Amino acid sequence: MTGCYLGIDVGSVSTNFALIDENGNLLKKLYLRTAGRPIEAITNGLKMIQESFEDDIKIMGVGTTGSGRKLAAVIVGADVIKNEITAHAVACITEYPDTRTILEIGGQDSKIIILRDGVVVDFAMNTVCAAGTGSFLDRQAQRLGIPIERFGDIALMSQNPTRIAGRCAVFAESDMIHKQQMGYKVEDILKGLCQALVRNYLANVAKGKEIKSPVVFQGGVAANTGIKRAFEEELGMEIIIPRYFDVMGALGAAILAKKFMAQNKRAKTKFAGFEAAFREHTAGSFECQGCPNLCEVVQIYVDGKLVARWGDRCGRWSADMAV
Amino acid sequence: MKVTFPHMGNLYIPVKTFFENLGVEVIVPPPCSKKTLELGVKYSPEFACLPLKINIGNFIEALEMGADTIVMAGGIGPCRFGYYSEVQREILRDLGYKFNMIVLDPPQGHFMDLVKKLLAITNKKSFRQISLAGRLAWAKALLLDELDKMASAIRPVELNRGETDAIYKNALEQISKAESEQELLGVRREILERMAEIKKDPDKLPVKIGLVGEIYTVLEPFVNLFVERQLGELGAAVERSIYITEWVRENLLPSFLKPKEHGQVLKLAEPYIRCFVGGHGQESIAQIVKYSREGFDGVIHLLPFTCMPEIVAKSTIPSVARIHSIPVMTLVLDEHSAEAGVRTRLEAFVDLIRQKKEEKSCDRVLSGN
Repeated sequence: MTGCYLGIDVGSVSTNFALIDENGNLLKKLYLRTAGRPIEAITNGLKMIQESFEDDIKIMGVGTTGSGRKLAAVIVGADVIKNEITAHAVACITEYPDTRTILEIGGQDSKIIILRDGVVVDFAMNTVCAAGTGSFLDRQAQRLGIPIERFGDIALMSQNPTRIAGRCAVFAESDMIHKQQMGYKVEDILKGLCQALVRNYLANVAKGKEIKSPVVFQGGVAANTGIKRAFEEELGMEIIIPRYFDVMGALGAAILAKKFMAQNKRAKTKFAGFEAAFREHTAGSFECQGCPNLCEVVQIYVDGKLVARWGDRCGRWSADMAV
Repeated sequence: MKVTFPHMGNLYIPVKTFFENLGVEVIVPPPCSKKTLELGVKYSPEFACLPLKINIGNFIEALEMGADTIVMAGGIGPCRFGYYSEVQREILRDLGYKFNMIVLDPPQGHFMDLVKKLLAITNKKSFRQISLAGRLAWAKALLLDELDKMASAIRPVELNRGETDAIYKNALEQISKAESEQELLGVRREILERMAEIKKDPDKLPVKIGLVGEIYTVLEPFVNLFVERQLGELGAAVERSIYITEWVRENLLPSFLKPKEHGQVLKLAEPYIRCFVGGHGQESIAQIVKYSREGFDGVIHLLPFTCMPEIVAKSTIPSVARIHSIPVMTLVLDEHSAEAGVRTRLEAFVDLIRQKKEEKSCDRVLSGN
């Protein structure tokens, strides 16, 4: 039986799992659609991992990250709950220790992480607009009737990219429709979109940051070769895409769990076991009437028992149930 | 006459004491809440900054409670705040409220102007009475600042989460209730004792973070999403660049009573911002340099969306941060600020400075210093 560490990254678009062994080798990765139902995605992932390994593995530690990290921690039982910026950076420098810039574009957020000598020194996340993220590309591919998997390769065929206004997702879309109706070729529009997205990212997310090579590009959008090429052209640098680019957050969470357990030798993992996948998890919420803030308090039940609460500002409900 | 005024952190406590001791009835607006924000956003121009909107919310809530006189601060320089009282008066009049608005401008060399306005509000009480009421209010303001500093230092190392905040909340009530300086001394003693009794976790090593930026967002926890408390929970001891009493000393006192340090601190901003840009733009930069020299691990810079002075400051921050090798993160706040997103950034920022600190201490071990 192998001792393993599990990392779970619950994002807006995808829920990812990474399972590593004691030496940090990746044994299994999963990229599942969250589809607005994070609890289901988490329990499905757990079931799939159990099915592929049965009793060959023993989970020694669990880390969660992503916007649903608290929820995942309650359901699975996590030893480490980390923000996605740290998790992404950790995964990246484990594979490429010299990295000085990480470009990360996910489903609904994009970030830039600046590292020097293996330490994060600066970072930024998109604040105003989602024009540079995966969901936007997904939608535009749909509009053009192209499977998202082929988006990049088609864009690469373009000889004469169209210029598309990429400042805002809505304007980019109307500009694209306009170009379509003018009769531009699909590949030129796609390449134009890639360039617009990269321009937008560099102007909004990466503004004021010093991008130095080696540059690593990760997150779901890194699968898009058109975006990769557009970054290379715009930055004039080589862009590295790691092997497990789509699950770097989960991988980072697993590595952090491994580190944490090594530092706390006597600690026992909080992992709830694969049985957790078969328990009944329900989430409910209510509006607290204690003051005019009217906080929406979320409650998580496992098999009918209240296990976690959050969402209140004052701590009236969450103080004794903090995760 | 029923006087009300806008909220800014704990400022309501000394202001209430001041007016009440002069025999003026005071209506404190309910604490800033989602309702305040909703009212403010509904009736304010969209591109005004968040402080104007929250003020409007405060005023409406207080007027509904029966207030008939609004005391509002004025302002000078390029910051739009100086014009806000006029805009707010118009908005509230258009909504049909009947009230009188008194605007206290910072005295530009004419300290007596401020005193004269206060005399008008307080129905021509004597200068002596005003200064007596002022003394107790001032003592309360000093204690409140001391309390904030204590809570910020203890919160990151407390053993039982939430204990500091419980004592803090209780202390606010005690300070608010105290009726004399004598009584206040007793309250202070009690607070010190209770704070000292908080059990600390010896394993927790706090990092030190400075908080700079626009005064309202720095001082009003509702607006900055309780950034001080959040950072405390993440293990950071927070020091603010602005405490009410220091601000009053620097801005409202006649020049011969002004503290000297202020000008010296401002000089630190000179290589980056040479002149007054309105609000606290210049101060923000000066404070970042100061925090770096004092060995702080990082700085968080706060501003309301569309704040011109702080945008000027923000544009120089990358070079200031690089030259003084101190991590700085800017948070822009408005009614659209998403708490989850801010939390993620704060967590990542604290991780970043912890990593940096660990690496530094490793270097020291290796080089034998």
